[in-house]
Amino acid sequence: MTELIDILLSASFWAAILRIASPLIFATMGELICERAGVLNLGIEGIMVFGAFAGWVTIYAGGPLWLGVAVAFGAGALFGALHGLLTIPFGLSQHVVGLGITMLATAAAYYAYRLALPEVTNPPRITPFQPLHIPVLSDIPWFGQALFSQTALTWAGFAVTGLTALILYRTPLGLALRAAGENPQAVEAQGLSVTALRMGAVITGSGLMAVGGAFLTMSAFSSFFFEMVNGRGWICIALVVFGAWKPGKALLGALLFAGFDALQIRLQQTGLGQVVPYQVFLMIPYLLSILALIAMSRRAEVPAALMTPFNRGDR
Amino acid sequence: MRIDPMAQGPVLRLSGITKRFGGLIANDGISLSLARGEVVALLGENGAGKTTLMNILFGHYTADAGTVEVMGQTLPPGQPGAALKAGVGMVHQHFTLADNLTVLDNVLLGTRPLLSLSSGRSAARARLAQLAQDFGLAVNPDARVATLSVGERQRVEILKALYRDARILILDEPTAVLTPQEADALFDTLRRMTQQGLSVIFISHKLHEVMAISSRVLVLRHGRLVGETATAQTDRHQLATLMVGAEITAPAPAKARPGATLLKLDKVSTARQGNRPGLEQITMELRAGQILGLAGVSGNGQGALADLLCGLDSPTEGSLTIAGTTPQAWSPRAALDHRIGRIPEDRHKTGTIADFTLTENAVLESYAAGGGWMNWRAARAATAGIIDKYDIRCPGPDTRIRLLSGGNMQKLILGRVLETTPRIILANQPVRGLDIGAVTYVQEQLIAARDAGAAILLISEDLDEILSLSDSIRVISQGRLSPDFPRGTKTPTELGQWMAGQGFDHAA
Amino acid sequence: MRLEPIAAPSPARTFAPPAIAIAATIAVAALLAALAGANPAQTLGLILKGAAGSKFAALETLNRATPLIFTGLAVAVAFRARLWNIGAEAQLYAGALLTVLIGTQGLPGPLALPLMALGAILAGALVLLGPVILKTRLGVDEVVTTLLLNFVMALLISYLLEGPLKDPMGMGWPKSPSLPRDTRLPRIIDGLRLHWGFALALICAASVWVMQTRTTLGYEIRAVGLNPDAARFAGIPVTRVLLKTALISGGLAALAGFSEVAGLKGNLTTDLSANFGYTGIVVAMLALLHPLGVVISALFVAGIFVGADSMSRAAEVPTYIADLLLACALLFMVLAILLTRFRVVRG
Repeated sequence: MTELIDILLSASFWAAILRIASPLIFATMGELICERAGVLNLGIEGIMVFGAFAGWVTIYAGGPLWLGVAVAFGAGALFGALHGLLTIPFGLSQHVVGLGITMLATAAAYYAYRLALPEVTNPPRITPFQPLHIPVLSDIPWFGQALFSQTALTWAGFAVTGLTALILYRTPLGLALRAAGENPQAVEAQGLSVTALRMGAVITGSGLMAVGGAFLTMSAFSSFFFEMVNGRGWICIALVVFGAWKPGKALLGALLFAGFDALQIRLQQTGLGQVVPYQVFLMIPYLLSILALIAMSRRAEVPAALMTPFNRGDR
Repeated sequence: MRIDPMAQGPVLRLSGITKRFGGLIANDGISLSLARGEVVALLGENGAGKTTLMNILFGHYTADAGTVEVMGQTLPPGQPGAALKAGVGMVHQHFTLADNLTVLDNVLLGTRPLLSLSSGRSAARARLAQLAQDFGLAVNPDARVATLSVGERQRVEILKALYRDARILILDEPTAVLTPQEADALFDTLRRMTQQGLSVIFISHKLHEVMAISSRVLVLRHGRLVGETATAQTDRHQLATLMVGAEITAPAPAKARPGATLLKLDKVSTARQGNRPGLEQITMELRAGQILGLAGVSGNGQGALADLLCGLDSPTEGSLTIAGTTPQAWSPRAALDHRIGRIPEDRHKTGTIADFTLTENAVLESYAAGGGWMNWRAARAATAGIIDKYDIRCPGPDTRIRLLSGGNMQKLILGRVLETTPRIILANQPVRGLDIGAVTYVQEQLIAARDAGAAILLISEDLDEILSLSDSIRVISQGRLSPDFPRGTKTPTELGQWMAGQGFDHAA
Repeated sequence: MRLEPIAAPSPARTFAPPAIAIAATIAVAALLAALAGANPAQTLGLILKGAAGSKFAALETLNRATPLIFTGLAVAVAFRARLWNIGAEAQLYAGALLTVLIGTQGLPGPLALPLMALGAILAGALVLLGPVILKTRLGVDEVVTTLLLNFVMALLISYLLEGPLKDPMGMGWPKSPSLPRDTRLPRIIDGLRLHWGFALALICAASVWVMQTRTTLGYEIRAVGLNPDAARFAGIPVTRVLLKTALISGGLAALAGFSEVAGLKGNLTTDLSANFGYTGIVVAMLALLHPLGVVISALFVAGIFVGADSMSRAAEVPTYIADLLLACALLFMVLAILLTRFRVVRG
């Protein structure tokens, strides 16, 4: 019990929450944008893998950090465009295409990595984003370390959340996106292109997923290795449901989730970790995601046209 | 201000519009024009090509040939945005509203540049209020569409068009979902519009409405324009003949001889489902050899009653008795075992499986007889029998049913039901969307089943259909049921009052 | 653009798009080889030779195809009912686990082997039953739950192999004790490295085919998959059909684990499955969910993997070319199949 209190009182625990949440926030917002427009994007897991690789390889090749973020976004957007092309104008099963994109992006990242580094066993490291020193705030004892010792990419994640909410609820574009996910016929009858809106959403959303992946290599682990995304994409899909398709709630979900993850990592070091096998701790994120889905199952306000393709001729 | 419609050129001109879907020709060289301030009725059976023509005008479809001109300007094909900008508004038969948004947001959708940073709600709110007042279209701008009634939704659709300064308004079967009284209110609104110089195209297959509202009638049949006349110079009989190409002989059932009570509901209630009302303490009887017509505005509990009799829903209170016995467990299977034949409301979504063959669809309710194994040979033979007996036009029993017309699809469902000689038949909108030949056929079959002793509950939103077929009529409104009105005891207007919910409190 | 259904597709319509999809996949393979600095034609030749160029290569491909037939069937059965079972990986491990648990109890072979298979089937079925009950009861999307359970199962197996199930003779490696010789699946022909698991896979494929085309359950599964509302209306017990589908699908995936442990490896390790569960999705989709097609497509997929392994030993092309090609094949093929039934029109 005292160990738990020690953890909760340590500034590094709270800093870890923000760090762990960051990739989830990007990818969750990406998925949320896709789903709000009516497209389930199961490519998320693979796009995160590719984003992690793309960001890493840019820096490894000598590029500046923000170029790495941009390259990751661009690569994710390309996979998003492929996903969108197959599921929107062609109306193919979003399940099958999404899983196909995950396989494609994952294999592409691994193939490219092996091409770049045929014989390496120890993944080379890059110099990642450094914590941003914010005048005054970062210097407050405890709070400074707990809340204001993050990299610029983490802050960008929060900014993306705010921007997503702002666009969705305060602009004509957001209105059109929300309508496209609810009743595409309504959008078309008002003279807008459902295809263009959904394509835009999937391309942008996929770019954000890739940035989420890039956070792993460029801000968290400093190198690229296989299986590093490790189901985070699937967890983000659960977080979108948990957040009832609303950016603010999804952000809270990601933070809550990261809180449990940070806690389980630290509990492994305590007396509890001597008794309980470490695998049980590692299961917690996945089990929590399933629990979140169960908890929200009755209340979720799922976009009515999610997974429903729109073919202009049908009416 | 009254403007002479002929003083200026036409506001709209369609020239030589042709549209094919695969081998079917939906519009065959149709030309028409519309003057300022007039109401033109586009009359025709289901499948005559009215909606296709209007979808081309509005830019949902691209015509294979022909042009659309609005105020002298040719519209680019396939762009609803261009049609809207040119002043064309369309109220679709299936409303195009996003349920998760408010009325105001639905109106605003697509009216502002997507990349602008403000939503523009406050200015829009004032404008919307003004329009609502001018045209008598009251609706709360901040209500979520999901919470609105059908009539309110239609008002929102009209407001959407007016908000975008529509000069030409297309209404596709607008009265299908309204009570006679609501339809009258709609006609008032339309008159206000034409007084202000708007022009209206009114799509309908109901003759009396066409006579009441239009100044000119265009009749479509099998994709061709077969008649054009000033409304004042024609009559219902002449229009009907033009519409179907022959004299209509509506089935006239002989007097019913009701027998034993086969279905009895005693103070039955069912749960509300989302927006759809449940049943409220309904008591009714259905007797052998009788057609009971259930009239009502769409969404007033017809679905709940149909689901109950289909076995999809169970009473939360009250009792259901079938031929004297009360079923223990209630499910679609139990309903079939109690020999209830069901013709569902939506033959595409619930009545058939589109990618199944005719054979596979024909055995949907009876496949389990073989004890775990399918007897495909017997199934094909039985299906071939139904195809023959019910005159289903198709290449054969192995055709996928999605390739059949609505009428042939409905005949298969009818055959599937009638071949089991059901005691009770639930016919939910059995002729909706069918052409007149299929309508007559289905209605005759139902009358024959009645004469053979079946008890039939006919649910329809078409009051004319109810009046012509039913031996007695009940009206449903907000889940409550009116008393039983024997044939010929109530006028359409009186029934319309019941449909609007009047009379229930006294009857209770 | 929009899509318009074709009522009666011409032979060219039916065969051209899939042929183009295959050609496109080969083109991608050549491109990938060129990217790696290898000779494309030579690389393709090496893959082909590695997959079927010798008796040894062909047997290797058959062995590799065996688990893929099981997982492919598992996915095909489930997807027919629109039950998105992405958890074949977890079900496979559940089956492997029960195979080892029962197989190391010291029972005589003829008794133990059927029990092992049965135990595996039950375990796999149970693993899928959870997500399916959540789906039918609460509407929880089974895609995400089955995916997440793959990770949970991997951790569970890891724990067991480092803890209670650890082989004391394993020199510290996380692996289970080996099955005794008489509880292993024998080879079909002496001297040929191909075990009865392959025959069992073929029997399963044939059984699933009979089930789908001749039994009421197969009919119900198709009805529920194509239109659950119409199925429910017609009196088909939709929930029960989904549960039965889950049992069959989970059981089939688990048999992949049984066959790998009892037929090939003899013990359980954390790398027993080379993504067989996920690859089963590609196998099933390439077979258009047809159970007999699954056999052919599993052989094809296995050939690409085995061939790519062999090729990469000779040429400087990473083995991940196999995964990349299969992902491309999957996406090309689903598009091609769509284009056999719809034409793209303007407007």
